[in-house]
Amino acid sequence: MIQILAFYLFAAVVIASAAMTILSRNPVHSVLWLILAFFNAAGLMVLAGAEFIAMLLVIVYVGAVAVLFLFVVMMLNIDFAELRAGVMRYAAVGVALAIALVAEIIIAIGAWSAGGLQMGRRIAPIDESLPNIEAVGQLLYTRYLFVFEAAGLVLLVAMIGAIVLTHRERSGVRPQNISRQINRRSKDATRNMQPPVGEGVEL
Amino acid sequence: MIGVTHYLVVSAILFTLGVLGIFMNRKNLIVILMAIELILLSVNLNLVAFSAALGDLVGQVFAMFVLTVAAGEAAIGLAILVIYFRGRGTISVDDVNRMKG
Repeated sequence: MIQILAFYLFAAVVIASAAMTILSRNPVHSVLWLILAFFNAAGLMVLAGAEFIAMLLVIVYVGAVAVLFLFVVMMLNIDFAELRAGVMRYAAVGVALAIALVAEIIIAIGAWSAGGLQMGRRIAPIDESLPNIEAVGQLLYTRYLFVFEAAGLVLLVAMIGAIVLTHRERSGVRPQNISRQINRRSKDATRNMQPPVGEGVEL
Repeated sequence: MIGVTHYLVVSAILFTLGVLGIFMNRKNLIVILMAIELILLSVNLNLVAFSAALGDLVGQVFAMFVLTVAAGEAAIGLAILVIYFRGRGTISVDDVNRMKG
């Protein structure tokens, strides 16, 4: 009973907050609604027994992606009132497309749940005796090691790409030159001399 | 009883809301990126629901892969947004026509 209640609670909140994400006037509010949607989707995944993905969703989306969005929204100084001016111009096309899409998907779900589709054999049957994280880890580090490595590579490329894209050389400033600092030796920097009295030194 | 169909309907609605978000916010590129995140979230929900319904763990592994790609996509997309805003001073979709695509 509590599961059914929790499912409908999470489902209702995830759909409502997704709607608010795309409808809200202020992008900062949009990001906050997006965070709520991610939290509730994580709740749905916990209900389905996928604790690892749920925790990953909270950590990666809420902890990293949503904060990144928030940073960018705050960093760009945009006149949001002007941005909202022509919002409803494409709304008719969008709503028509959305209705067609959701009707198609629900028909497809109905056709699927009516049966008749023969699923292939299970590749990795869920072992009830193992915790979810342990089972996912065992699968991830053995059979899907290359997928895991590819995920790491994707993240590395994304990181380097983001740094390269947003890095800018600024002229007119004198940044720290670390290699020059390290290469400097004391014998290049100081001189011992014994100047004659009354003549001073030539620098 | 909550079955896989319930999950599929939720994720279908979420997907549709994402597509609708792309169409409705023709002025604000950031909200379009958020709509793409919603679409990827609904895909993840689908993968996890089928993984639970079919008793096969592979769906969760691939949900993790989708999550990774979504994170990378958000990072790159926002970086492009930032350099675009730096150059043009706007993030309106209607003004992104330099390349005449």
